[in-house]
Amino acid sequence: MQAHLLSILIWLPIAAGIVVLLLGERHVAAGRWLSLLASIGALALCWPLLAGFNTHTAAYQFVEKAPWIPRFNAFYALGVDGISLPLVVLTALMTIPVIVAAWTVVKTRAAQYYAAFLIMEGLMIGVFCATDALLFYFFWEAMLIPMFLIIGIWGGPRRVYATIKFFLYTFLGSVFMLAALIFMYVKAGSYSIAAFQALPLTLVEQRWIFAAFLLAFAVKVPMWPVHTWLPDAHVEAPTGGSVILAAIMLKMGGYGFLRFSLPITPDACRELNLLVVTLSLIAVVYIGLVAIVQTDMKKLIAYSSIAHMGFVTLGAFVVYEIVRTTAQVQGAAMGMDGAMVQMISHGLISGALFLCVGVLYDRMHTREISAYGGVINTMPVFAAFMVMFALANTGLPGTSGFVGEFLVILASFKAGFWYSTLAATTLILGASYTLWLVKRVLYGPVANDHVAQLTDLNGREFLVLGVLAVLVLAIGIWPEPLLRIMEPSIHHLVTQAVATKIPA
Amino acid sequence: MNPHLLIAIPLAPLAAAVIAGLGGRVIGRAGAHTVTIFGVAVSFALSMHVLEQLYAGGVPAFNGPVYTWAVTDGVHIDVGFLIDRLSALMMAVVTFVSLCVHVYTIGYMREDPGYTRFFSYISLFTFSMLMLVMSNNFMQLFFGWEAVGMVSYLLIGFWYTRPSAIFANMKAFIVNRVGDFGFIIGIAAVFSYTGSLSYDAAFAAAPHIAHAVIPITASTSWNALTLICICLFIGAMGKSAQVPLHVWLPDSMEGPTPISALIHAATMVTAGIFMVARMSPLFEYSSTALSFVLIIGATTAFFMGILGVVNNDIKRVIAYSTLSQLGYMTAALGASAYGAAIFHLMTHAFFKALLFLAAGSVIIGMHHEQDMRKMGGLAKYMPITAVTCWIGGLALVAMPFFSGFYSKDAIIEAVGASHRFGSTYAYWCVLLGAYITSLYTFRLLFMTFHGEERFRHAAAAHDREGSKTVGHEAERQEPGGHGHAPQDAHGGPAQPRASVAAQHGHHPAEPHESPWVVTLPLIALAIPSLLVGYFTAGPVLYGSYFGHSIFVLPADNVIGRMAADFHGPGELAFHGFLGAPFWLMIAGFVTAWVFFLWRPSLADQAARRFGWLRTILIQKYYFDWVNEKVIAPLARGVGFGLWKAGDQGIIDGALVNGSAATVGWFGGVVRRVQNGYLYSYAFWIVIGLAALLGWFLARG
Repeated sequence: MQAHLLSILIWLPIAAGIVVLLLGERHVAAGRWLSLLASIGALALCWPLLAGFNTHTAAYQFVEKAPWIPRFNAFYALGVDGISLPLVVLTALMTIPVIVAAWTVVKTRAAQYYAAFLIMEGLMIGVFCATDALLFYFFWEAMLIPMFLIIGIWGGPRRVYATIKFFLYTFLGSVFMLAALIFMYVKAGSYSIAAFQALPLTLVEQRWIFAAFLLAFAVKVPMWPVHTWLPDAHVEAPTGGSVILAAIMLKMGGYGFLRFSLPITPDACRELNLLVVTLSLIAVVYIGLVAIVQTDMKKLIAYSSIAHMGFVTLGAFVVYEIVRTTAQVQGAAMGMDGAMVQMISHGLISGALFLCVGVLYDRMHTREISAYGGVINTMPVFAAFMVMFALANTGLPGTSGFVGEFLVILASFKAGFWYSTLAATTLILGASYTLWLVKRVLYGPVANDHVAQLTDLNGREFLVLGVLAVLVLAIGIWPEPLLRIMEPSIHHLVTQAVATKIPA
Repeated sequence: MNPHLLIAIPLAPLAAAVIAGLGGRVIGRAGAHTVTIFGVAVSFALSMHVLEQLYAGGVPAFNGPVYTWAVTDGVHIDVGFLIDRLSALMMAVVTFVSLCVHVYTIGYMREDPGYTRFFSYISLFTFSMLMLVMSNNFMQLFFGWEAVGMVSYLLIGFWYTRPSAIFANMKAFIVNRVGDFGFIIGIAAVFSYTGSLSYDAAFAAAPHIAHAVIPITASTSWNALTLICICLFIGAMGKSAQVPLHVWLPDSMEGPTPISALIHAATMVTAGIFMVARMSPLFEYSSTALSFVLIIGATTAFFMGILGVVNNDIKRVIAYSTLSQLGYMTAALGASAYGAAIFHLMTHAFFKALLFLAAGSVIIGMHHEQDMRKMGGLAKYMPITAVTCWIGGLALVAMPFFSGFYSKDAIIEAVGASHRFGSTYAYWCVLLGAYITSLYTFRLLFMTFHGEERFRHAAAAHDREGSKTVGHEAERQEPGGHGHAPQDAHGGPAQPRASVAAQHGHHPAEPHESPWVVTLPLIALAIPSLLVGYFTAGPVLYGSYFGHSIFVLPADNVIGRMAADFHGPGELAFHGFLGAPFWLMIAGFVTAWVFFLWRPSLADQAARRFGWLRTILIQKYYFDWVNEKVIAPLARGVGFGLWKAGDQGIIDGALVNGSAATVGWFGGVVRRVQNGYLYSYAFWIVIGLAALLGWFLARG
């Protein structure tokens, strides 16, 4: 089993999803249980993955390789390293709450709903595991289909607009990425990502490839100014869609930067890093300010996500400024560690916050902040959870939200005073938009009759939020195990990123 | 020292907090207060043991890791403890005051529905504060720093249905975050220049980075150590409520009184003072930063004290007094008199916690009335509260022989002896501050415990005019408005949701003394308020108590020079009767007596005569006005502008939707695709992908 662990992780949820689909709406109860079992099974399979993972090497582990399209020298090649493994586990983890949260809530086409999420889980794990660029691209595009369907079928009133916008944005980016991949295939004669990373490229070539990657990944992160699809998509998506979108899909962009941009086009990154750093800082400050004035809970959390993801791109690209300023590479790995931890942490926290909004939405059928007030009076247990996740969202030490931001702020000071200072504004802005949300929704006297009739969390909701709360605290109190998994790969990535690939 | 024993000190209250917080419904009210009091008592006993070992036992300081929090880029970030005489003193003070407050809470919160939650929070606070003072590195310091802020946030908003409380707690957190913004940049700078987050490494590197520079713009650069120290101090300005980041502390009085005593007087707000003293090996090498500290502290000491004179809410008067006293401590830090600052921190913790708890006792006795204009003559009804409150008051005004005398006189003298830039201004501030302190303290004591029994009129007035009086008086007291509903209109802690009318309905005529769980902590705090200065001034202030835990350059060592003139606490006290601060205190006493006891009508005349001055003071120098009418709307306005003009106007309007319009057919495609049949999207996507892949396959 060890030999095909990654394949099982990818195809088990997909197979289960197809079975659920075949069972259809008539056997939805069976389908639901099967979905839950499959998603738990996928998470359980992460245990041998973690246990068998060697934390002393940057090489791909659990590798599988089989011919896929011989004509293109494309392989069905899988493997995980310290960068992808945490994201695989996060994906397997976050699918469970989505299925549990939908248990009694989703009533229309429920079987298709579960199937879509299971299939998407497998495809997303595939994105993180693929070591062949064509296979990566296949998963990358394929995973969008279930997401379009999820927003399009189970979404809100403006779901059509949101879906189209989402589609246009992401497709625009992906097409350029495909062109870049094909270009490199022609040069390297292989789709292996490792071959791409080893491929010498002139600065001009690197610039074009960098630009193509930037378009594809910046849309996914999303970075300012290609972020406007996200608030719309979140607002229209059903709860589960928002959770997966925020927790996993946004991480594809960050993962792409770490897996493709930095190692494949290091010289272009060095030349153009200020562009990414600047856009990241704009995301932190500009988007932080925009988040304050949102009147829709989901939009607010969506904007908060963009601001937090700014730390991911900042941490990844600040390496070049560090080298430029201090003439040494010390601190670069800290920035990338911070970026990685921020991705995992944001997955947990934003996922949890969207679940919290879902809990409220299921009861009140509105996301407008002004429709709430004093929820703590009728839902004290829920309020305790939401306050905790809100505080984690502000980067409170002791929660996972702190770790990534702290490391990135520390690292970026080495690059320069102003990078660190602008990044640190998140302390003020994050507290402002998050706590104002908490104040308006949770605190105060009971605002209206609807709030007065709210019932507190049921066991299912309690379990889901409780598990996420424990994880958020665990990473905040002791991030070292997570960092240890990443350490060799990050170290390797830094050496790749600071090297030059221009042929002599 | 046994590391396991040290670990038990913060973990005991943490465990108690978790048990009371998660299992509150199971263990009940008595269970919650028993387990938390036990946890804090264990912590207190162990802290005293540690203090005794370090001081009398001659045991060396402990500095070691507990666990490795993170290893990143080869840098080990540990959670660890530095237990020397400075941290041991803080631990003893924190756990002692916390223990008193825990016991007091049994009485104060007796009827509150959130009883177990309250105990859980204050134990969690004790844990956080201990982690802060016991830390040996900046990461853990920041953890404790923000954790105490978080518990403060939860506790200020403890009565979460009050609009004023949930405004105050958000304000407190955000203002503190402004300070923490500076603080984290300071920490990042320390890390950047020393490559480590441990105190050891930073302190060892301080002399070497004293001349390093940080480039700010292409042509300017700042001294690295000055920047580090000022950034760290900005953190202290938030937490220790120094001008202009002080605005949250008066509003924090929305929280229940026990936490005003514990968090917003004795412990959390002194974290900034402790931090700067802990960082003395850094600050000592930056005279510029210390001048900044000195001027900010002295300004806070004088000008915030004045606000205490015009306030009528008993808790807010003490809150302004706390601001002023924190200013004294900060000024002492700026004068390199770190020992005096910590010494005042300790005496202040006792007497200010005492004053708050006594005020709480008065509030209970007055059936949740906080307006001093409705009190008077209470000494007759509440003798224990009155006597202990007087002891706290006399300590606050620095009456010779009382604990506050030794600490505050040392600060005034040290600031006077300092030659640092700004020390002349600072000296006048802290000296004249003695008059102000005395004025508001005796005003509080007279208005509350002596003179006419105005609560009888108040009750009568209420009967006549109903709740309108309350609203009107509250308006007069707080013309600043900004949504602060008057304290007394909300019902008290025991009946947080009681209506005004219901409360007035059973307003008894006679105030009453509080139960023993309330008065016992008052007595327990009155003893050190009276005596601790006399017995510890010699060793702690003028002796070698702090040893290596505080670092002072010989040239700046004002306390060292003052120690040469120290010939015992008794002689110092007798000497104190001849000093200017004593006579300024007497002047304050006389002023308070004339205006608030002998001829209260004079106070009204003076208020009318100096209406403009009174307006400025009632408006609290317009700090809140600027924050609420300028800064907050500005931030919201910019955010709204960026959203509407940037996101929706330019990006979506011109670029995304606009480009679709420019490409003519594109719009048509979108319209056709947008036919509302959901499956058609999926269909087109799959078709598109298949076509694309097919094309590539065929081409290859």
